[in-house]
Amino acid sequence: MRYRFAMFTFRLDNNTWLLASIALTIAPHATRLPIWISLLCLGVGAMRLIQVRLPARWLLITLAAATAAGIYGSYHTLLGRDAGVALLIAMLTLKLLESRTLRDSMVAIFISYFLLITHFLYSQSIPTGMYLLLLVLVITTTLIGLNHPGRQIEPRKLLRLAAVLLGQAVPVMLVLFLFFPRVPGPLWGMPGDAYEGMTGLSDNMTPGSISKLSQSGAVAFRVAFDGPPPKPEQRYWRGPVLDFFDGRSWSTAAAPDPKQARIAVTGDPVSYTLTLEPHNRRWLLALDLPAKLPPASRLGARYELLADQPVRQRLRYRAVSYPNYLAGLNPGAKEINLSLRLPSFGNLKTREMAGAWKRTAKDDGEIVSRALEMFRSEAFFYSLTPPLLGANSVDEFLFDSRRGFCEHYAGSFVFLMRAAGVPARVVTGYQGGEPNPFGNYLIVRQSDAHAWAEVWLQNRGWVRVDPTAAVAPRRIESGLAAALPAGEPLPLLARMDSAWLMQLRMSWDTLNNDWNQWVLGYDQERQYDLLSRLGFEMASWKELAVSLAAGVGALLLVFSGFMLWRRVPVDADPVAVIYQHFCRKLARAGIVRQPNEGPADFAQRTAMLRPDLTLSTTSISALYIALRYASHPSSSALRQFGKRVKAFRPK
Amino acid sequence: MTFRLFNHPVWRRIFNRIDVEQGPIILDRQRIFILPTRHGLVFAAVLLLMLVGSINYSLSLGFVLTFLLGAMALVSILHTYRNLAQLTISAGKTMPVFAGQQASFTLCLTSSSKSERYAIGMTLEKPHPQFVDVPADETVTTALELHAPQRGILRLGRFTLFTRFPLGLFQAWSKLDLDMNCIVYPQPDTAMLPQLTGIQGRGDRAIAAEGSEDFRGMRPYHTGDSLRHVAWKAMAQGRGMLTKQFSGQALPELWLDWDDLAGMSTEPRLSRLCRWVLDAQIAGLSYGLRIPGSTLAPDNGEVHQRTCLEALALFGIKDL
Repeated sequence: MRYRFAMFTFRLDNNTWLLASIALTIAPHATRLPIWISLLCLGVGAMRLIQVRLPARWLLITLAAATAAGIYGSYHTLLGRDAGVALLIAMLTLKLLESRTLRDSMVAIFISYFLLITHFLYSQSIPTGMYLLLLVLVITTTLIGLNHPGRQIEPRKLLRLAAVLLGQAVPVMLVLFLFFPRVPGPLWGMPGDAYEGMTGLSDNMTPGSISKLSQSGAVAFRVAFDGPPPKPEQRYWRGPVLDFFDGRSWSTAAAPDPKQARIAVTGDPVSYTLTLEPHNRRWLLALDLPAKLPPASRLGARYELLADQPVRQRLRYRAVSYPNYLAGLNPGAKEINLSLRLPSFGNLKTREMAGAWKRTAKDDGEIVSRALEMFRSEAFFYSLTPPLLGANSVDEFLFDSRRGFCEHYAGSFVFLMRAAGVPARVVTGYQGGEPNPFGNYLIVRQSDAHAWAEVWLQNRGWVRVDPTAAVAPRRIESGLAAALPAGEPLPLLARMDSAWLMQLRMSWDTLNNDWNQWVLGYDQERQYDLLSRLGFEMASWKELAVSLAAGVGALLLVFSGFMLWRRVPVDADPVAVIYQHFCRKLARAGIVRQPNEGPADFAQRTAMLRPDLTLSTTSISALYIALRYASHPSSSALRQFGKRVKAFRPK
Repeated sequence: MTFRLFNHPVWRRIFNRIDVEQGPIILDRQRIFILPTRHGLVFAAVLLLMLVGSINYSLSLGFVLTFLLGAMALVSILHTYRNLAQLTISAGKTMPVFAGQQASFTLCLTSSSKSERYAIGMTLEKPHPQFVDVPADETVTTALELHAPQRGILRLGRFTLFTRFPLGLFQAWSKLDLDMNCIVYPQPDTAMLPQLTGIQGRGDRAIAAEGSEDFRGMRPYHTGDSLRHVAWKAMAQGRGMLTKQFSGQALPELWLDWDDLAGMSTEPRLSRLCRWVLDAQIAGLSYGLRIPGSTLAPDNGEVHQRTCLEALALFGIKDL
């Protein structure tokens, strides 16, 4: 096929297919690659498209060495995820410059297939999956074209062949996917940069850090509750607890007490399954306060849930929490000390005010109420874009700017408490979540990130206090978008939008959740679960191997049946087929036609052996002879012949 | 018992004991073998790498991709096999050649299925296969070329029919030995036709005199008519192939005799006679051939020429 363009004519030949496959394979990586590699790819592609003479071998080797050096220069390594992908792409591109033989092209195809898998290191979303499926089709089409020497097959036929091959491969792939024994990875150490670019809470809070996170509409985790979900004001998802203040930022001090934190619970538990997006940190999110822990995790000294390993893949776990609890009734002295510590200088006005409260208040509870009353009654504003603060950040916030996000309120509140001698600490995590009516689960996004405070009160232990709720109560009840004044910048997804758009968004999220749960989250556990549902008592690799072999074998047998056994000669003579049918019926009745016997003789012999069949045999034979030997047999004769033979029943 | 087992056609084929057959041959299950190609092995290695990568990075979609490609390779076995299965091969016509030329053995490939067959390769010697496509329900002719080094009968011998279509990861093949022969004429040497010696009878002036014969008319060309008498002008005008006829045309008679070449050894003698036959035919002479064992009466025409050349080709060869 030829396509005419303004500048030159080009044909949709093998060369073009190959270039297109490689270009489409590299394209999604382009945004992550150094610009010079993208330019190199474009240049080589253009060279191949207009079919200039390929460079000599020594030049190519020099070029390859220079490229490798360039990649080392860009990434300071040749290993690791990003550098490895860049190297692979560069080598594939350079391979195009020596695609002379079929072998070179095949190698290029194999590298392309391999490059496809590297996309999954960055994204395994549904659109990525779809795009890569399309790419497999294109590359396979190219591969088929390459294996047809000489004249080019029409592109449409090629595509159809590739589609048939892949269509047949899909069921086999499903069997392999379901039954191939899953080994929990990794098999060896991962490159250092494998988990870059994951968002989530940090173990460090400075003014602005959470409001920055709030701009992201990315999903932090999804929760499916066994029963009804807790009320919005109870949806505090506990993350890292910060109890050390250096005058500017909050962070976690060393563990105060190695002994297990003790909790007394009242009321009904809430059990739920939480699917956490990877964030490359150890903490797991749980509803305040978790009582039953998921495997491979423990409860930290500050009731934070910690996994044994950083969460680097989407993690699904079950947990049980009690919204009503009493925690830390008998804390250690060290824990209380840590929760009272302040830097020795700065924020004098705040310390002064806290000192005045301490002197006049009858107990710690009153100090807490006074602080909350201050936030509630005075002119404090909830804002995602507060003014920058200087060295005495707490003073500046409480007395001058008075505009801030949750981290400002939580931070200054805890500072106030400590200055007034009330043990307090900052808790970060998420607050709220968006119910998905289609999937019956709650979506918690990065924009739901929140910071609140905990104070220690006599006989009540650690009590949650959310100063943001005093300033912007709607933040807790209805979420971020409702709480922020109009005109504030917001993540697109957090905006209240029209009903149908909302519905679309929720359906899409349901689909994504199913994808995460069943495709991406298909692991050893799910595999064993499936096997036991299929009736295998003890799920082991043996059962898996048997299922695998049986499934693949059966499918291939079915395909070969369709492809090979269907080939009856197409132009079989209908008259002969019907007559043979007639002879078979007689043979079953004991009268076998001899090879040397003509139809007339056979009919005669049959009539002699079975006088009762004389009429039908004679007429059938006469019809056969007419159809076979008459110069113009009538068109109805064949139909009649068929009908008679069908009705013929010798006993 | 074991002997009988190994005498089964499949075993015989595995041990390369391939029988000479008359054809047509239908490539059935017992004749077709299939194994991965070198590219197939490389592809398997790539898949293994992808699998290990998927396990290590826990890439669910990596598993999907790896298994999809693996399944595709598995399914391609069936497609490669089907591409060759039930193909019918029959021997076509083989034109005689002179020693030193390339003999061309025509093969007819018939596909009786509904699907087109692509890139069926044929090869006698490994490095130079040739490929044909066989459309559904059609017959395609193709030729295998073989160098004919010496006169006599050239057998096609064993050849391989193979295909790697569609993915090139597997090769299905069948080794065949169709009973096909090509008659190889002796290589004509360079000696000129003896115009004076050996020409007997009435036609002493025959060649020179031809032009002076009276032109009588033209008749349709018959096989065997001398090409010298074809009316090329008429043919160029699009009137078809016609033969000019001359009145009183008396073809000179020439005997090409083995004994005239006494003193030469057999093969050069045959070569010389071969040259003479060709020249005599072109000259439009009526020539006869006398070699030990056979005598062919003087005549002219392509049929006669072929008879003479065959006699020379098969001289001294017992098995026909």
